[in-house]
Amino acid sequence: MIGQVWAWLTDPEHWSGPDGIPSRLGEHLSYSFLALLVAALVAIPLGLWIGHTGRARWLVSSTNAVRAIPSLGLLFAAALYLGPYLRGSAAFLVPGLIVLILLAMPPLLAGTYAGVEAVDPAARDAAKGMGMTGRQVLLGVEMPCALPLLLSGVRSATLQVVGTAVIAAYISLGGLGAYLSEGLNIGDYPMVAGGALLVATLALVLDLALAGLTRLVVSPGLGGTRRTVARQTSRTRRGAGTATNSVPPPSHPSTPRESRAS
Amino acid sequence: MTNSTRPILSVLAAAALTLSLAACGGGTNNPLATTTSGGATGATGTGGGAVLVGSADFSESALLAELYAGALKAKGVNASTKLRIGSREAYMKGMQDGSIQVIPEYTGALARFYNKDFAENDPTKTYDALKSLLPADLTVLAKSAAEDKDSITVTKETADRLQLKTMSDLAAKAGDLVLGAPDEFKTRPQGVPGLAQTYGITFKQVRTPLTGQAAVQALKNGQVQAANIFTTDPAITANNFVVLEDDKRLFGTQNVVPLVAKKAVTDTVTAALDGVSAKLTTDELRALVGQVDIDKKDPAAVAKEWLTKNGLG
Amino acid sequence: MTWFLEHADVVGRLAVQHAYLAGVPLLIGLVLALPLGWLAQRGGPWRPILLTGTGLLYTIPSLALFVLIPLVLGTRILDPVNVLVAMTIYTIALLVRSVADGLASVPAETAAAATAMGYGGWRRLVTVELPLAIPVIAAGLRVAAVSNVSIVSVASLIGVAQLGSLLTDGYQRFYGEVLLVGIAACVVLALLFDVVIVGVTRLLTPWARAGRGARPGSGPGSHAGSGAGSGGGPRAGGAA
Repeated sequence: MIGQVWAWLTDPEHWSGPDGIPSRLGEHLSYSFLALLVAALVAIPLGLWIGHTGRARWLVSSTNAVRAIPSLGLLFAAALYLGPYLRGSAAFLVPGLIVLILLAMPPLLAGTYAGVEAVDPAARDAAKGMGMTGRQVLLGVEMPCALPLLLSGVRSATLQVVGTAVIAAYISLGGLGAYLSEGLNIGDYPMVAGGALLVATLALVLDLALAGLTRLVVSPGLGGTRRTVARQTSRTRRGAGTATNSVPPPSHPSTPRESRAS
Repeated sequence: MTNSTRPILSVLAAAALTLSLAACGGGTNNPLATTTSGGATGATGTGGGAVLVGSADFSESALLAELYAGALKAKGVNASTKLRIGSREAYMKGMQDGSIQVIPEYTGALARFYNKDFAENDPTKTYDALKSLLPADLTVLAKSAAEDKDSITVTKETADRLQLKTMSDLAAKAGDLVLGAPDEFKTRPQGVPGLAQTYGITFKQVRTPLTGQAAVQALKNGQVQAANIFTTDPAITANNFVVLEDDKRLFGTQNVVPLVAKKAVTDTVTAALDGVSAKLTTDELRALVGQVDIDKKDPAAVAKEWLTKNGLG
Repeated sequence: MTWFLEHADVVGRLAVQHAYLAGVPLLIGLVLALPLGWLAQRGGPWRPILLTGTGLLYTIPSLALFVLIPLVLGTRILDPVNVLVAMTIYTIALLVRSVADGLASVPAETAAAATAMGYGGWRRLVTVELPLAIPVIAAGLRVAAVSNVSIVSVASLIGVAQLGSLLTDGYQRFYGEVLLVGIAACVVLALLFDVVIVGVTRLLTPWARAGRGARPGSGPGSHAGSGAGSGGGPRAGGAA
């Protein structure tokens, strides 16, 4: 079986044409990226605003509830109810994209909000004491401090979107998931397993890339060794030690990183 | 009771609850039952044991499976269904390894499955040729007069606009059209390759997977300009679609026929299934599919009603 | 509504199957995550290995994992066992971090007090540290439960019967009510799991309710506070 899968993956025929791996990979990435972009444009400013002003917090807590909705159901519902009103390819792309955007927003919102919440009040005070205006505080202090959790939210959202795009193949959105749906439908199991490996690899690569990005972008004074003043001495005694760079405050129940519905 | 024993008791209680749920949730659909994943020994053995009727993943197949299972049950056979397994390529594995014993099939398409170049069009000749093409452990029982073929179907508006009556007419125009079809249509000999070879038809794009009602809706709303819809689909008349004439007979003849594992064939099974095949006509089949697809009735209920009406259930 | 009323028994049966496929991995995953989380919490080389490793497993999309497990385990592709194994993997991936964080959140004073009272390492872990870690672990368990219920629905694409079957059936027949019933049932089931876990957590942590009003699983500040107040929380008095 593994030999067959390898044969399928290395078959040059599978690397060209509209059903080829590069083409499907391109579809998958473009849908995912587009959905993440749109979701980020909405959710990140919203999260910053909620965190900064402290209003409409219910929006953030309600994002947990979204996790309970099966993404397969959302995709099918969108295709069933929205599809008939659209023409041509849009009838398949738009419902899928809408669902991807909707599923990307909760982790982004929660991550941004948690990030702003976790900003050390001392830093905020110091900034105000230095005479920074509200906006300068937001952009110059709060955002950089919020970055670890925000990026953790981005990682989580990417994971969610890439994963949901896989099953979006079932409403003919194409992408790498089409290898899974087509293979399962026609019983071509090397195609199924090959597609699954591609999908898993893509998810891993993206996640590691974002982890690397986090490490690059986050100021070393934050999140690096977790020994900030605000942390309890008891925690350092427990040897929490070096953590991966996107560890959120441990007792934060709705960790943005840990949400997926597909 | 100290606090240290309470957690342990809670975990035990939760475990007990889950296990008891599993026990009553078991039964025909127990997720860990091996009937669906049975190995070579399968679930039956000799005839007289349980008979599992499978179906492909479109509603007519599910309906036929329910008809077969209902007729078998009426004659005392321990029959049950496993619906919507997938396309022929997928459920054939189930037939071969004994996970299912019966499945509704179509003579021409099945013959094509075993012989890619099969090009017979006469119903009787197709049936006889099919019998000789089958592997040693499978057989077909009597075929039915009811037929359901593949088709390329367009809306009336498209047919008028592009002057389409037959599939040969499509050859010149297909390059601007998008076809909606199930996944297997892309690779099957009577599918996209056959269209190109026999008719010279190459569509601009083939959008998959589009089956059943999703395909009908896509065609109706102009999301695709042509669709691979089965000829008994009631949506054709309901929406005034135009089935393009298969003038070069690419899609052959497709009589409904039960494919049965030889091990499961007994006189009772044969009698039950032959009874269904004898009474079923294309129009009746179309009407039944209409009840499932348009009236949204349960395939099992529709099957039961028809069997009772025809003295088979 | 009519379809649901006529088929409530079918929906019920599918819901039980779904609960089985989502719940059993939850329990197994929890049991397996406890030692792994403890290992991760101790620091040293295990922590990054376990946390990154489980994090990576979690990134694999569900349908892909369902069909990749047969490659590793040699099961058949459409076998429901793949779902159970995959869900257990996801649960462990989520809970290892929760367990690690939960154990790390136990105030050092409490652990020290237990040691001073003569508790050995194992006994202290089981009777003092784990119970105090319950709120954090339970929070992770809630996330895992809801996530599991949602992911299991995808298994209908490999032919495993559960509430997800309503989703695929509804779409194939373009029958909106079936689809909506499927979605609603999944949400309700997820809520049920959540409520049960919250209830069990409350049962297991009587000290958290004892007048302080401190919310289980809130920020580090409250832990310091409740730590001092509940240092003698799990009454280790004598009988173990």
